[in-house]
Amino acid sequence: MPYVLPSDVLVWLLVAATAAYGWYCRRQVHLSVPWGRVFRSPAAVASAVVLGAYLAIGLLDSLHFRPALPAKPGATDTAYSSEVLSVLDLGLAQLRGRAEKTYSAPLATRSFAKEQMELPGGKQGRDFPRLRFGGAHLQAEADWAEDVARRVLAGFAVAALAFVALAFLIRRLKRRRPEIPWNAALVTIGVLLFLAGPATALSEHYHVLGTDKVGQDVFYLALKSIRTSLVIGTVTTLVLLPVGIGLGTMAGYFRGWVDDVIQYVYTTLNSIPGVLLIAAAVLMMQVVIERNADWFTLAAQRADVRLLVLCAILGLTSWTGLARLLRGETLKLSQLEYIQAAHAFGVRDTRILARHILPNVSHIVIIAMVMDFSGLVLAEAVLSYVGVGVDPSTNSFGTMINAARMEMSREPVVWWALATAFTFMFALVLAANLFADAVRDGFDPRVRM
Amino acid sequence: MLAYIVRRVLYAIPILIGVNLITFALFFIVNTPDDMARMQLGAKRVTPEAIEKWKAERGYNLPLMWNEKAEGAGRITQTIFVQKSVRLFLLDFGYSEDKRDIASEIRTRMWPSLALAIPVFVLGLVVCVSFALLMAFFRATYLDFWGVVLCVAMMSISALFYIIGGQYLFSKVWHLVPISGYAGGLDAAKFVILPVLIGVVGGIGGSSRWYRTLFLEEIGKDYVRTARAKGLAESVVMFRHVLRNALIPILTGVVVVIPLLFLGSLLAESFFGIPGLGSYTIDAIQAQDFAVVRSMVFIGSVFYIVGLILTDISYTVVDPRIRFE
Repeated sequence: MPYVLPSDVLVWLLVAATAAYGWYCRRQVHLSVPWGRVFRSPAAVASAVVLGAYLAIGLLDSLHFRPALPAKPGATDTAYSSEVLSVLDLGLAQLRGRAEKTYSAPLATRSFAKEQMELPGGKQGRDFPRLRFGGAHLQAEADWAEDVARRVLAGFAVAALAFVALAFLIRRLKRRRPEIPWNAALVTIGVLLFLAGPATALSEHYHVLGTDKVGQDVFYLALKSIRTSLVIGTVTTLVLLPVGIGLGTMAGYFRGWVDDVIQYVYTTLNSIPGVLLIAAAVLMMQVVIERNADWFTLAAQRADVRLLVLCAILGLTSWTGLARLLRGETLKLSQLEYIQAAHAFGVRDTRILARHILPNVSHIVIIAMVMDFSGLVLAEAVLSYVGVGVDPSTNSFGTMINAARMEMSREPVVWWALATAFTFMFALVLAANLFADAVRDGFDPRVRM
Repeated sequence: MLAYIVRRVLYAIPILIGVNLITFALFFIVNTPDDMARMQLGAKRVTPEAIEKWKAERGYNLPLMWNEKAEGAGRITQTIFVQKSVRLFLLDFGYSEDKRDIASEIRTRMWPSLALAIPVFVLGLVVCVSFALLMAFFRATYLDFWGVVLCVAMMSISALFYIIGGQYLFSKVWHLVPISGYAGGLDAAKFVILPVLIGVVGGIGGSSRWYRTLFLEEIGKDYVRTARAKGLAESVVMFRHVLRNALIPILTGVVVVIPLLFLGSLLAESFFGIPGLGSYTIDAIQAQDFAVVRSMVFIGSVFYIVGLILTDISYTVVDPRIRFE
């Protein structure tokens, strides 16, 4: 049974809005030219490919449903599980289902912790037990190296095939649009393919990136965390933009007491240290959710609402920077002749704001949007560590780090969960930062050659 | 000048009142004290009597804004708003959940925070300015390019990674410094050195890149071209002209955070077990100690506003072109 979480709605709305914006941009020269400039930078194209890969995973993870439970004899209507799964879970069913008992290292065949068991001699003793799933298909553990190598090579072979096919496709595209650095895209796709190929081939019978404390596959957790990061990075701007744009342009345009009031509001909000304001708001939200536990029928729904409220809180505490930028720019613009001409023609204020001011500050909005994204992704991890982030049951990089950080004191060190979370987050944030730089260079009139 | 400062301080008052109202609304209107009591007591022990007792112990059993039962001025003063919110202005913060005086706790915890925050601030500024100057000096070369790449990469790494990675490498593998803890006096150095190092390294990416753009902006100006045309060596141009002028936006930009140094760093302090205000705040958030969080929000905004005023004053000090009327 399809099941729509509130954040799914917002995610798909955002996708639709982006598509509409893209379609609109194609027809508007003043927008298509800067975007064209953005995509002439190799770094932007490469990071767009990485972001696209993350986005694809995040979108697959945003189509939810509740699986039907096996029909009980005599029941007429199907009962549905209280667990909410996504399309991504279907694809990763084997990763999700194969939980071990506790930690195991990447590609390990034996558990990380010793257990009481029967030793080969028939005696009782403590040893590392074989994993339930990781490498369970091996007849003898001595075959491990050969099996892993065989699978890696198979993965590489598939990746190479796909890469060659793509290379041909891109050569054709290159002829049509020679100005775009297709080679950068091709190289990035190649790297992704050569990482994904072996990982897929190995994950059939191993835990590629190990398992965590309760035996869940770390690779699966990392893939599931992507959606949370994307939701935080994008839905937050959805809250931030209307407030920031509205108040910022109004303050700059109307001046006088409107400006005073808006400036007062954002100085006040700004003067509360960000983390503390977010912490206070999240603590209060927790109390409200606790009090009204009956609002939610499913645990997943509750976690999802909490995620959205976190986005709203982040948005409401961080619109001040954008508003200040827009206020300054609007102050400057409203002095220009064409705005005064519009006044002289008797154009209404709302119309001037919408038709003349807004399009001329839109580059600031776009730059601010892409710049905020990476900061928000990083902030999520910190907030989850502080204990005011997403619901503990939501998969996110922050909760992964939080769960794994104590394990650095173990001997030997359980490093894989942390390393995975940090690597996935680093790739996402780096791509976002590079893309944001290119967007700024493309849109900022000051750096235009 | 004095008149200007007085005016700025007066302007700060409505902002502090606003902060106070926001915290009051968040902590007492969105959630009634009953909700807080339920949260603190846990689901099992919630009885109406227990809630009343919890509220009475903390002085939350008063009405929110208007006390009908009291006489005269007590109608206004015997309320949660005055007792809990307005008294923050008198730096009377009340007591935490473990019955300690928050104000004295803040006074003692301030010093470890400063022992960590001041070195991070000073060293970080020196390192970032030097690195940015180096990149600007070798602008449009490979050194500059890879410097910027390094900055973007370092910006993209989570602060948590620097802390966890540094702790693991320096304390666990190399055994150079203790993993966590704190001691008073000069012994503090060995506990603080690693968090300082991590704090500085973690800040390099973003700040250096930003300072580099400021330097480059300055280098493009006419007076720099004049200096070169006079025949000055490039190093003299950089140090005597560009550095000094570019320091204006850098210094005025960092003045705002100086008072906030008192609050310490949330992450570093809690990871390294430094008993400063940052770890105090984080513990309070995790223990849901509302009184402490409320006090920290208030102090934080006071410090921020002090920082804003200092920023404005520093403009006049470093840049004689700016005058206040």
